[in-house]
Amino acid sequence: MMRSLVVLAALATLVACGEKPQALGLPKSDSPVSAGTGSNFTAPGWKAGDKASWEQHLKARQQNSQNDYSRMN
Amino acid sequence: MARMKFICDAERCIECNGCVTACKNEHEVPWGVNRRRVVTLNDGVPGEKSISVACMHCSDAPCMAVCPVNCFYKTDEGVVLHDKDVCIGCGYCSYACPFGAPQFPSQGTFGVRGKMDKCTFCAGGPEENGSKAEFEKYGRNRLAEGKLPACAEMCSTKALLAGDGDVVADILRNRVVQRGKGAEVWGWGTAYGSKKAGQAPETGAKS
Repeated sequence: MMRSLVVLAALATLVACGEKPQALGLPKSDSPVSAGTGSNFTAPGWKAGDKASWEQHLKARQQNSQNDYSRMN
Repeated sequence: MARMKFICDAERCIECNGCVTACKNEHEVPWGVNRRRVVTLNDGVPGEKSISVACMHCSDAPCMAVCPVNCFYKTDEGVVLHDKDVCIGCGYCSYACPFGAPQFPSQGTFGVRGKMDKCTFCAGGPEENGSKAEFEKYGRNRLAEGKLPACAEMCSTKALLAGDGDVVADILRNRVVQRGKGAEVWGWGTAYGSKKAGQAPETGAKS
């Protein structure tokens, strides 16, 4: 009886020595930008949720707005 | 699609600060925080050059490497973003960044707990795209609206280029060929890993 009490007491004491997990909380996952926002400010000409369409639209927008050589010549 | 990149063509930048203003206005960035700024080299000396600098969304981002709480993440488009709910405001990223991009506001919308703030390539943060929470923490998510970063779209001389890296490189290459100079773009090698990073221009090359 005494022996089992000692064992129980030792186990209870050792529990306090356990280490809490220290894993880092990873950042929340972000939804893809090609999914769109559904807002009224969305630029027309592409389909929300269609990544290929979003990429194509952005490339065309980039060429039209930033490549003045192709715009003017 | 290639990854998203920024580049500033110093031959064209006229130091108008339109990019800085566009950024501040678009994201309602508070006083004391400048996600983007214009730096002039050799100011006042004939031949001075200006460049617009912000987070370059590096290929091998040093901020991501040093963050002790792992708050940074990279999107499929190569945009380096961070989670303000995880950031502890330690400032390690500020020391690691070669462009001085991380900002630490002490008051206002972003600054109640001293969370780091930086350019998001107008791609928001981990909150729902286009949500109020995302806007309040990170600003507008223009990429998800099918638009390019406000700074580049607002640039009057098209010095600041942003978007698909291949298209950015094509536009700049065409300019360099047409004008015959200005191929040395500051930050490109540091951010995107050119072997020529930090090297002096070749002898006889036009500047």
